[in-house]
Amino acid sequence: MNARAIVAAVVIVAGVWCGRVAAQGFAGLGEQAAGFADVVPGREIRFPDDLGPHVDFRIEWWYVTANLTDADGKAFGVQWTLFRQALAPGAEGEGWANQQVWMGHAAITHAGSHRFAETLARGGIGQAGVKAQPFKAWIDDWTFASADGADGLASTTLSAKGADFSYALNLKTTHAPVLQGERGFSQKSERGQASYYYSQPFFNVSGTLTLDGRDVAVTGHAWMDREWSSQPLASDQKGWDWFSLHLPGGEKLMLFQLRSDGGAAFRSGSWIGADGSMTSLASDDIVLTAGARHDVAGRSLPVAWTVEVKSRGLKIDTAPVNPQSWMGTIFPYWEGPITYSGSHAGVGYLEMTGY
Amino acid sequence: MTSAFWIFVTLLGHWRRHPLNLATLVAGLAIATALWSGVQALNTQARTSYDRAAAVLGDAATASIVAAKGAFVSEQDYVALRRAGWKVSPVLEGTVRIGAASYRLIGVEPLTVPSGSSVGGLATSRDLEAFLKSPGRTLASPETLAEVGLSAGATPRTDRGQALPALVGAEAVAPGLLVVDIGVAQRILGRPGQLTRLVLGRDATHDVGALLAVAGDRLKFEDSSAGGDLARLTDSFHLNLTAFGLLAFIVGLFIVHASIGLAYEQRLGTVRTMRAIGVPLRLLMWLMAGEMMLFALLAGSLGMVCGYVIAAALLPDVAASLDGLYGAHVSGHLAIEARWWLSGLGMAVLGALAASAVSLAKVAHLPVLSVAKPLAWREAQQAQLRRQGVLAGLSLVVALLAFLTGSGLIAGFTVIAGVLLGAALLLPLALSALLRLGEGTAKGALAEWFWADARQQLSGLALALMALLLALSANVGVGTMVEGFRKTFTGWLDERLNSEVYFDATGAAEGERIVAWLSGRPEVVAVLPVWRAETRIAGWPVDVIGTRDHETYRGHFSLLSQASDAWDKVRDGAGVLVSEQLARRIGIGVGDTFAIPSHDDLWETRVVGIYPDYGNPKGQVRVNVDHLVRHWPDARRAAFSLRVLPGRAEPLIDAMEAEFGSSLARVVDQASVKASSMRIFEKTFSVTGALNSLTLVVSGIALFSSLLTLSGLRLAQLAPVWALGVPRLLLGKLEIGKLLVLAAITAVLAVPLGLVLAWCLVAIVNVQAFGWRLPFHVFPAQWLVVFGLALATAFAAAVVPVIRLARTAPQDLLKVFANER
Repeated sequence: MNARAIVAAVVIVAGVWCGRVAAQGFAGLGEQAAGFADVVPGREIRFPDDLGPHVDFRIEWWYVTANLTDADGKAFGVQWTLFRQALAPGAEGEGWANQQVWMGHAAITHAGSHRFAETLARGGIGQAGVKAQPFKAWIDDWTFASADGADGLASTTLSAKGADFSYALNLKTTHAPVLQGERGFSQKSERGQASYYYSQPFFNVSGTLTLDGRDVAVTGHAWMDREWSSQPLASDQKGWDWFSLHLPGGEKLMLFQLRSDGGAAFRSGSWIGADGSMTSLASDDIVLTAGARHDVAGRSLPVAWTVEVKSRGLKIDTAPVNPQSWMGTIFPYWEGPITYSGSHAGVGYLEMTGY
Repeated sequence: MTSAFWIFVTLLGHWRRHPLNLATLVAGLAIATALWSGVQALNTQARTSYDRAAAVLGDAATASIVAAKGAFVSEQDYVALRRAGWKVSPVLEGTVRIGAASYRLIGVEPLTVPSGSSVGGLATSRDLEAFLKSPGRTLASPETLAEVGLSAGATPRTDRGQALPALVGAEAVAPGLLVVDIGVAQRILGRPGQLTRLVLGRDATHDVGALLAVAGDRLKFEDSSAGGDLARLTDSFHLNLTAFGLLAFIVGLFIVHASIGLAYEQRLGTVRTMRAIGVPLRLLMWLMAGEMMLFALLAGSLGMVCGYVIAAALLPDVAASLDGLYGAHVSGHLAIEARWWLSGLGMAVLGALAASAVSLAKVAHLPVLSVAKPLAWREAQQAQLRRQGVLAGLSLVVALLAFLTGSGLIAGFTVIAGVLLGAALLLPLALSALLRLGEGTAKGALAEWFWADARQQLSGLALALMALLLALSANVGVGTMVEGFRKTFTGWLDERLNSEVYFDATGAAEGERIVAWLSGRPEVVAVLPVWRAETRIAGWPVDVIGTRDHETYRGHFSLLSQASDAWDKVRDGAGVLVSEQLARRIGIGVGDTFAIPSHDDLWETRVVGIYPDYGNPKGQVRVNVDHLVRHWPDARRAAFSLRVLPGRAEPLIDAMEAEFGSSLARVVDQASVKASSMRIFEKTFSVTGALNSLTLVVSGIALFSSLLTLSGLRLAQLAPVWALGVPRLLLGKLEIGKLLVLAAITAVLAVPLGLVLAWCLVAIVNVQAFGWRLPFHVFPAQWLVVFGLALATAFAAAVVPVIRLARTAPQDLLKVFANER
């Protein structure tokens, strides 16, 4: 899930709003955490409080991806993301003096097209924000919020609108959120960079996508990630590949690798049972092998992968629903739905940055 | 190809034999191009600056959402619109003073500002964090930094005592503009939670229904931007410059026409010979046209360089005028674009071709075998005069039509152009008639010859004299307008500025403190508030000034028209006074009611008087100060004027400065205010004056070149008179005398024409351009100066050719009889 860390970090941190200078963003992240809260093991994650923002920490996000199908079985992917970034530590300023900056990304992907939108907002004036209880995250007219009277994430609505698309989805779950890493403390490098991280991978989804003015009824699964940190990445970490997979039988799998300059990639993951039980996967238990590359937005990206979890006998080959799932936002990255087959078959989401 | 080359060389040989002819041709083309391109460079420079000012919010952001009533959009409405999916971005604009100068402060929100704006680029720059993060940054152009005398990183204080965030040089920001974060702007301008407007992205739709659904009737769409305001306000100024440039260009072409006419005349023999030995007419025509193009390009380039020099010399005054008149800051560094070169050279080429068209046509119709008759075309003088008369009539009709049916600045200039052209074309007719009258009074052979020969000479000099007429009448017209304006303006300033001391406190609280102190000073007779609020009426910026009922206004403040008891009605809040510009612009008169968008409402009120407000590009409304405060609780309450006992102003100012120092943004006496107001206008008119003088110089050169080229041909007329026993020196004196008579008549005719021009400027152009009408004054002393100038120009132009004539060797005069002529 560090994917999101880096998107948020590079985009929002330290005035580096330009995709080409991603490397500087990493450097900035490594050095400028002074004054913000530290991520330490042993902090208890509480609900519903931890649905809300943590302004003592520099960066944070609410990240939803959904694998959906229409009545004909056609595959769609939906992304809804809200990033928060504090420009300075300390008490929150009033009005425009508030140091929070918010950024939303939204996308709908299918085999024929990938559409995305981006919007930015200042904190302190009500244009964007998150409330824990009742849960509501919003930027402009995009929202991710508890349905009326519902508790926490049990029943939520998710909506966003771009120039050429919009969607309105209902997300329901009976599962509690899953704490990643060590009870929510998720390590991101051998040198101790870490974040607080939990997920809700058990959403059942129904709703409507609107493409070119045409409504498409869809159903499927969604996965939410919540993560916050002040310094999640080491300065030499260059980019990452992140997977969230809905396995047959209701199990879930999350895997990521952070690629370093010259060094070995830092890999981590978790195997989540259908009952919500979580098992962390050791770095050497995971094998991620880049497959076919594809030219996307002037770069070459491995849009297909071979994924192995040795301890679980999982070996699958992934394929993108749309290899051109490029988020051409201020800081660009690849994010889109995938299918996989092999020892297991199903759908999921892939995110790749730093290419 | 080779034969074409040799033919071309043969044609060019003429210029080697007649270097003076060449010089006048090149000078004419170069001068015409120089004045035109110089003016264009100035206009382009200014427009670039306006564009930079407008580009702060992007050309995408020309559409805005503004408050339907009142002057401000609330921040809540901004958030509500964003939450409803509107891609709007908040803007707060205002004016701040740093030291003695005013700057436009614009607060933007870089995360939402439409892409394509110059601050939009900020969202992808490294400086964004510093800009957003407290205390923020102030972006200003390098020119502005230099003007404030501060370097990057400085944090100047405004007159309200607020420190601006650290200055940063930014090329993309227009001169005179300070760009800060929206939150910083709210603090500096003292408008928390308030916005001037919400700018829309390029693709935004104007869905009134949707706007109504979100914000009720509080908001409305508006299609204008500050940059658009500047461009509109200054249009007249630039049109004025353009008109001058065009006039100079045309006068320059008269020179070119005269030179080319002469050259072709002298080459008719060569041309006829070439045609007789078999050079095809088409080739000859092409070569002659090509020759003209070559000269046009060479002389045009020279003119472009001179144009640059002229523009660079005038730019400081132009910039000062635009700043003083419109608050438009124009970069003082002259930037030259490729487009400017192309358009300038294009004008030179087209002008040269136009000027040589008649001569080329003559070559085309030259009978190969006829005897060369260098003066043949002059024999057609009468027919030529008739044709000119018809053209003159047409021009005057066009002018009349434009006057009767047209409106706007263009129509005004059409009237002027028609009148000038018509009059110029009529000039040879008028001169001919007057010379005939002179001939009637002549006694003796020599005197009769003097008048008859002057008339004979007329067709050769007509164009030069027409140029002189245009230059002289422009001189009279513009001089009359400028003097009239100076006279009116000075008188108006005397009435308007009759308080002895004016001061601005740094804030309302400081103002109160100073007023309390002043009430204990025996020499202070009255303390009069001059409080101020800003609003927009019909999309136009308007200042609302609040004053107290006082003899200072009742007794001196002049009104153009008024209701009975106007001042009582203003005092009682039963009406307001509006400036002439505002009244003309929105078409209201005394007794009419109109609505002023106040702080949070529409204030319906009645016009009880209209007053002149010369030089103010904005509209103005004057109201009772209590009503100002009621309708604009946030009105700026820091400016006051003081009535002080005679002779006590200076010591009072010193005492105020000693007592309050930093609480005083500005304290000045009456004389300084007047002087600074006059200075602005002197700058404006010094530009006009410079162009005016240049035009006169050009017409002098036109006259000189005509005479110079004619002097050789004149031998044929003068030789017989010399042979009859008139000495060369006397002949020379007579030549000068003839020219002086022609110039004097032209000058006399220029006066009424100049007055017509002045009237057009004052009654049509000024009203359209600035929104005010000046009283029409005449200044006969000026006419004498112009008359003198005309004679001096003519004398200067005649003296060299006449000296040449006087020194002509007798054998050359004798040759006339030997030649085929």
